[in-house]
Amino acid sequence: MPDQKSVNRRRFLAGTARTACGVGLAGLLLALYAGSARSRPATALRAPGALPEDAFLGACVRCGLCVRDCPYDTLRLATLGEPVALGTPYFVAREVPCEMCEDIPCVKACPTGALDPGLTDIDDARMGVAVLVDHETCLNYLGLRCDVCYRVCPVFGKAITLERLHNPRTGRHALFIPTVHSDHCTGCGKCERSCVLEEAAIKVLPRKVALGELGHHYQLGWEEKAKRGESLVPGLIDLPDRLPEVRP
Amino acid sequence: MSAQRNPGAAAVERYGWPRAHRWLLMRRASQLLILGLFLLGPVAGVWLVKGNLASSLTLDWLPLSDPYVLVQSLFAGHVAAGTALLGALIVLAVYAAVGGRVYCAWVCPVNAVTDGAHWLRSRLGLQKGWQPKRNTRLWLLGATLAVSLATGTIAWEFVNPVSMVFRGLVFGMGLAWAVVAAVFLFDLVVSRRGWCGHICPVGAFYGLVGSASLLRVRADRRAACDDCMDCFAVCPEPQVLTPALKGARHGRGPVILSPDCSNCGRCIDVCSQEVFRFGTRFDNRTWSDLPEPEQRKGRNAASAPGVGT
Ligand code: SF4
Ligand code: SF4
Ligand code: SF4
Ligand code: SF4
Repeated sequence: MPDQKSVNRRRFLAGTARTACGVGLAGLLLALYAGSARSRPATALRAPGALPEDAFLGACVRCGLCVRDCPYDTLRLATLGEPVALGTPYFVAREVPCEMCEDIPCVKACPTGALDPGLTDIDDARMGVAVLVDHETCLNYLGLRCDVCYRVCPVFGKAITLERLHNPRTGRHALFIPTVHSDHCTGCGKCERSCVLEEAAIKVLPRKVALGELGHHYQLGWEEKAKRGESLVPGLIDLPDRLPEVRP
Repeated sequence: MSAQRNPGAAAVERYGWPRAHRWLLMRRASQLLILGLFLLGPVAGVWLVKGNLASSLTLDWLPLSDPYVLVQSLFAGHVAAGTALLGALIVLAVYAAVGGRVYCAWVCPVNAVTDGAHWLRSRLGLQKGWQPKRNTRLWLLGATLAVSLATGTIAWEFVNPVSMVFRGLVFGMGLAWAVVAAVFLFDLVVSRRGWCGHICPVGAFYGLVGSASLLRVRADRRAACDDCMDCFAVCPEPQVLTPALKGARHGRGPVILSPDCSNCGRCIDVCSQEVFRFGTRFDNRTWSDLPEPEQRKGRNAASAPGVGT
């Protein structure tokens, strides 16, 4: 009976539409959730060689093979309830930092390339960057010679240097300010781990959080000058500086 | 007809409890063995297998990866490295041969949870509840790929109870127990066979993988069926039984060809007439095609005492 057929067809279409709507809604919720679950607290650092966070979440299958092959049990997989994307590997520097293994077993273990196999020299790892976040409690800022972060840094003498400043409090001593250089710091977290304070004054943060970025069109006059070998604005007259009058 | 609350009673009476549950027991053993192999490392320090179901390394040389996760990863814009791809190919080849949803019945940790819920549900005599269409899971499978594409993430892994449970057991549970409880309650009070039978896109994916699989359950001796309906009562996907079991009139079967069948073997267990057995998808003979001696064997079995009570 053609009538019956069309009723059946209508019922079929209605059922299909209902399924499609329900699943569409579920998909939307999933998309929203996936979007919000992407954020990561600044204390959660990724393993060496981890792709940038956006790419990482599309690449890491959450297998934990990196976790298993880390000899220092640095890495762990985020469980449900932790504020890191579910199942992904991360570490907290203040708890267990990365020991910067020379053979980088975590990267070798990764089957997917979420930890970039192109990373062969651990000094090139960029897990984050250390920042001396607190200038008020760092013992070196107070004029003492703690230097612990400086001394434990595996990229010794390059990632952290001690910059000398005048100590205005005593008037005759020096301050040795731990100063991080982002082009050498791997973000291993050893400095944060070993900071002697109750709460570390030096912290490793994701590079995206910690580092500024110059405007791409900016040119540093002194560099350009050095490149050219002469001033960029030739014939500029150098007027005499007006010094403040000194009263006797 | 045996009581639907206790399907398989006739088979138990006839063959004894162990034999009437042998495939079930073997399935539980398989699930436990796989979990046990993964736990041997973290618990006892014996590292035969590392990782979890998403990707693993056995004996330091055999990589295995979940192809569904890698397909999502591909949609998210990442082409996985060789090790994971090789692992996925091996897994695909195995399931293409033995049946994709063998994953569901023999490997997946959620199976025991939903089976438990179903067992309790039938004990309590609950109605079947909300029954979304069986193909909802296929739609959801499509949706997970679309969301992976749109968000650039492996989308289903944010909520997948299967990986949450397995990863939880091997790497630490966190709140994943709540998810186990949720799936259990969903199957118990909301929807009979709801999760595995209607929703789970992992099962849907593996169903597609195994749609041409060699290993199949066959209702070879369907002529001996005494319509007790026990197989329909235990089968998690009872719609797959009808064409194979009752299709003789229409020249269909006796092989269960639907990719929804999980090769769990419960139908084989509960049938007191030995209608079902594992076999290949080929050789689609019916009982009447069998040679005379085998026919006689079958008939003798069918008319043995204690049957049809
Ligand atoms: S480099 Fe070594 S210590 Fe650091 S995460 Fe990798 S395996 Fe662990
Ligand atoms: S080994 Fe790679 S894919 Fe596996 S959890 Fe670690 S980063 Fe993710
Ligand atoms: S994180 Fe700290 S210890 Fe590690 S390289 Fe950077 S400055 Fe050195
Ligand atoms: S047909 Fe048999 S083997 Fe297949 S799912 Fe149903 S009970 Fe299991």
